Amino acid sequence: MDNFQQLIQYVLSGLSNGAIYALIGFGFAIIYNATGIINFAQGEFVMLGGMLTIFFLTVFHLPLVPAVLLAVMISTIVGVVFERLAIRPLRNAKPLRLIIITIGASILIRGIAMLVWGKDTHALPAFSSNEPILIAGATMLPQHLWIFGVTVLIIIISRIFFNYTMMGKAMRACAYNAQAAGLVGISVKSMTLISFVISAAIGSMAGIIIAPLTMTSYDVGIMLGLKGFCAVIIGGMSTGFGTVLGGLVLGLLEALGAGFISASYKDAIAFIILLLILFFRPEGLFSKKETERF
Amino acid sequence: MLRLDSITKIFGGLTALEEVSFSVAAGSITGVIGPNGAGKTTLFNIVTGLYAQTSGEVVLDGKNISFLDTEKLASLGLVRTFQNVELFGQMTVLENVMVGLHTGTKSGIFSCAFRLPRQIKEEKFIREKSMEWLEFTGMTDMAGVAAANLPFGKGRLLEISRALAANPKMILMDEPAAGLNSRETVELASLILKIKETGITVVLVEHDMDLVMDICDPIVVLNLGKKLAQGSPREIQENQEVISAYLGSD
Amino acid sequence: MTEKKRQIIVFLIFAAAALSAPFFLKDSYLITVLIFVGINTILAIGLNLLLGYAGQISLGHAAFFGLGAYISGILTTRFPLDPFLVMILAAFCAGALAFVIGFPILKLKGHYLAMATLGFGIIMYIVFNETVSVTGGPSGLSGIPYLSVGPLVFDNDWNNYYLVWISTLAVMLLAINLTQSRIGRALRAIHDSEVAARVMGVNARILKVQIFTVSAVISAFAGSLYAHVVTFIAPASFGFHFSVELLTMVVVGGLGSIYGSFLGAAILTMLPEFLRVFHDLDIIVYGLMLILMTMFMPGGLVSGIQMVTQYIAARKAKRKDEHAQA
Ligand SMILES: Nc1ncnc2c1ncn2[C@@H]1O[C@H](COP(=O)(O)OP(=O)(O)OP(=O)(O)O)[C@@H](O)[C@H]1O
Ligand SMILES: [Mg+2]
Repeated sequence: MDNFQQLIQYVLSGLSNGAIYALIGFGFAIIYNATGIINFAQGEFVMLGGMLTIFFLTVFHLPLVPAVLLAVMISTIVGVVFERLAIRPLRNAKPLRLIIITIGASILIRGIAMLVWGKDTHALPAFSSNEPILIAGATMLPQHLWIFGVTVLIIIISRIFFNYTMMGKAMRACAYNAQAAGLVGISVKSMTLISFVISAAIGSMAGIIIAPLTMTSYDVGIMLGLKGFCAVIIGGMSTGFGTVLGGLVLGLLEALGAGFISASYKDAIAFIILLLILFFRPEGLFSKKETERF
Repeated sequence: MLRLDSITKIFGGLTALEEVSFSVAAGSITGVIGPNGAGKTTLFNIVTGLYAQTSGEVVLDGKNISFLDTEKLASLGLVRTFQNVELFGQMTVLENVMVGLHTGTKSGIFSCAFRLPRQIKEEKFIREKSMEWLEFTGMTDMAGVAAANLPFGKGRLLEISRALAANPKMILMDEPAAGLNSRETVELASLILKIKETGITVVLVEHDMDLVMDICDPIVVLNLGKKLAQGSPREIQENQEVISAYLGSD
Repeated sequence: MTEKKRQIIVFLIFAAAALSAPFFLKDSYLITVLIFVGINTILAIGLNLLLGYAGQISLGHAAFFGLGAYISGILTTRFPLDPFLVMILAAFCAGALAFVIGFPILKLKGHYLAMATLGFGIIMYIVFNETVSVTGGPSGLSGIPYLSVGPLVFDNDWNNYYLVWISTLAVMLLAINLTQSRIGRALRAIHDSEVAARVMGVNARILKVQIFTVSAVISAFAGSLYAHVVTFIAPASFGFHFSVELLTMVVVGGLGSIYGSFLGAAILTMLPEFLRVFHDLDIIVYGLMLILMTMFMPGGLVSGIQMVTQYIAARKAKRKDEHAQA
């Protein structure tokens, strides 16, 4: 029985981490589909979300909701500035330069965060009570519910956005064929900008809801970003169900691996999965391969 | 010399080529024409191993080359140029042509790093041979220019020079006259004839009908992925189906 | 021919300067710093062959550096083996690993390749950290012996300086030879247009794996040198942070320039030594350098220097013209 409870515990924490990975993965997919860029700074938006919220809570003593809103807003502004200053001028450059520039941006953001907030880890208080809820003999924290709730909400909103709004449809058109989209009057430039806005907002939100559970510091962006990337690779760079599943599977495997095999190799699990998928099915587990044009 | 045997290529749901068969005789300049989207470039991509055909066979000199890797084909004497000029932009004109001699030479990483005597000799050979090819195409005075800085027409010429340096038996050219002015086109025509004279077989995809009719024989017409006709320039010009295919698409 | 001669002269001047530097430096601290400049130059050249020439990114190169250091460190502290033999073994192991993972990893392009190499680097870093019984874990491995040849022991800065810099010059020379050969051209061809390179008969798949392997061997060699010079190693020196530092060296110095690799290595190694404040700001500065260089000087400082000299030459020529007219 004890084992069973433990299993439930691992599954719960795996799923909640997995939800976060899926959200971060969405951020990658949105920018990639609009621009063909994998934004290495994606994880930094996640870090900024958590750190900024803590900052507003503890330094300005703001209540939770305004703190969260401000944190998301500032992260988004960082995304916009980054797009304007570094991505837009190089839109037509070769991938190598774009990769280097997003890496540069990611460590720059991380460095500034370190300068401002130091190297300590911080904890964000849980959104509601810390009283564990008992389910089937296992305990669940209210924060888990927050994570699942917010994730589902974000997924629903993004579904509606991409399927039913003019702007969302235009973004999908850009992803499908930027040139043709340009011809029918969609501004590819503004779609790029919007993709950074949305992806920074989702990323920072992910960072905020996970912060009460895992603690946060200036350098959590690398790991979280990579794991989100792993999720979206499993999902074939989509903002769809595949990525959600990818995130959940990754979260579960990690939690179970850490629980039953070895906690010290927990992080390695994600990267081994990442490499295996990239080696054997780089187009993702759920999508078809396309032929490159010459 | 080159034989295509019912080549079919399907992309997802789109049939880009359907049961296309024809042969290219050694020493000929064979033209391949057809409206936009007919499948001409796709055909070249299949012959050069960049795409795998859905079905059918490509045979070069009696050897089935259908599933050989692209990089193998150059050493069998099959090279090509690209519709969207693919130069090595950061390298000089001379260096571009020197890459053309990659197949004919062998020095590996070790002998290059240690500059073994054989490698030094080979390097000298590569340089001299490349200069000869630049002379052949009339680009000697541009040897030191970075390929990215060439005017468009010269870029097309450089692609041909580079392909020639591989010492090919057959060269596939994908719209070499596209983007050239009329003087450059005339020069191109005489260059292609000169290439033929050296014994190299040419397959030419081209939209410039005057050029095709002037120098190609036979001509193969593709339309919507199917072979529509094949014959001498005269026969093609008089072919009713070909005329309506072109009129229909214009 | 004159171009070739000019290159030989440049290399000889560089070598002479490098080898005579210690005689002019009173400060032994400076010599220590220059030892690290040498090691980092080797590493930057290794990465540059892959990144600047073949155009293939690696964000996990610190792993090969670490592998070299750990194999040398572990085997020479535990067993009475000849360190030079172990060095060859370490280079061989790193090369073999690179060769094996090279096939699947270099099938990937651009962003995916970057992510995969980053993942590889982090996995290796975790291994360095967690296999405590072998590597000593996070607290590191100490007591690595100095190198020695007969009675000559490389246990002081002066000796180590020559050990490292003769190695650096050798690596530089080999790399320059390689880049100016058939192979070097094929690598740059892959960088500019992989399809065209393949059509011209360059086996891009194999050549990329080969250069990845060479690059890993060079990095492991630098790692072995590092282990014997410093005599203490810890995982922190071989993580993602250092991979990014290497990337910055190559980008700042100049992608596709061997002397650029030296320049980048020199700047990034000396900056933190002489600007104390830099210690806490290092990643900010790396980030800024990567962004600014990529945006405004994609050819790195080497191309900047070229531009300046060309500008000066052009101005001189113009002035001469004006004189002649007057
Ligand atoms: N990689 C690919 N994936 C999907 N469809 C493709 C691909 N390459 C070509 N096609 C399609 O196959 C058809 C034939 O294209 P192809 O480029 O061969 O035409 P073409 O005859 O060379 O035309 P053009 O004269 O414009 O160069 C087109 O409808 C094109 O959209
Ligand atoms: Mg075409």
